Amino acid sequence: MATVRLEFTPEPAHVRTARLVGVAVARRAGVPDDQLDEVRLAIGEACARAVARHQRVGLRDVVAVAFTDGDRYVVQVWDHAGDEEQITDEEQLTVDVSASLLQAIVKDLQVRPLEGGPGTEVQMAWPVRRASRLGR
Amino acid sequence: MELSLATRVVAAHTVLEVGGEVDVYTAPKLRERITELLDSGVTAVVVDLARVDFMDSTGLGVLVGANRRAGNAGATFGVVCSRESLLKIFRITALDQVLPLYPSVDAATAS
Repeated sequence: MATVRLEFTPEPAHVRTARLVGVAVARRAGVPDDQLDEVRLAIGEACARAVARHQRVGLRDVVAVAFTDGDRYVVQVWDHAGDEEQITDEEQLTVDVSASLLQAIVKDLQVRPLEGGPGTEVQMAWPVRRASRLGR
Repeated sequence: MELSLATRVVAAHTVLEVGGEVDVYTAPKLRERITELLDSGVTAVVVDLARVDFMDSTGLGVLVGANRRAGNAGATFGVVCSRESLLKIFRITALDQVLPLYPSVDAATAS
């Protein structure tokens, strides 16, 4: 099992970096090629969600992401934002659309509050193809 | 790949050609450009996604907001999309029922 960890200040520009790293690790982990578009979208949605949660409450702490290559490919995204104040209609639309997308494209999805503090963890997992892991 | 935006006029429609990635970082630039077009008095806007290779929920939100603003301004609004990976996210979110989607610029400008 190998883990790649990434931490970034809550800026939208860094979400693309997280997507690129996450897809590279997924490919190496043996996630089938026909699922990589969904992995890319899901990582982007989860990281954008974390960035938006930090920004809405003015929190500059880093967002953390872990990509773990094991029996499954597991992505975890942690934010440390507390409950949000009121958000605009367009922001709410994006939140709702993002949640719909994540639920539809990630079969193994968990969103839970962090223990011992404000924030949430999004965990997503995909099966890996063993044949593609033998040549490593 | 960064976002690219270019406009051209086809059959009295202003076609905004979008390329690259429309995500949480670049979507505000797309929103700003569409708002500029509507504020300048354009009455028919077509957003062509043919050269977009990635779009997330922020991009979808911008298109829905633009469709609403165009309606309020008395302008028509359409989205050209034929790429299956993008059509899939419109379907998943049911926004294919909200946004006027067309398979080509010709189809959008003929409507």
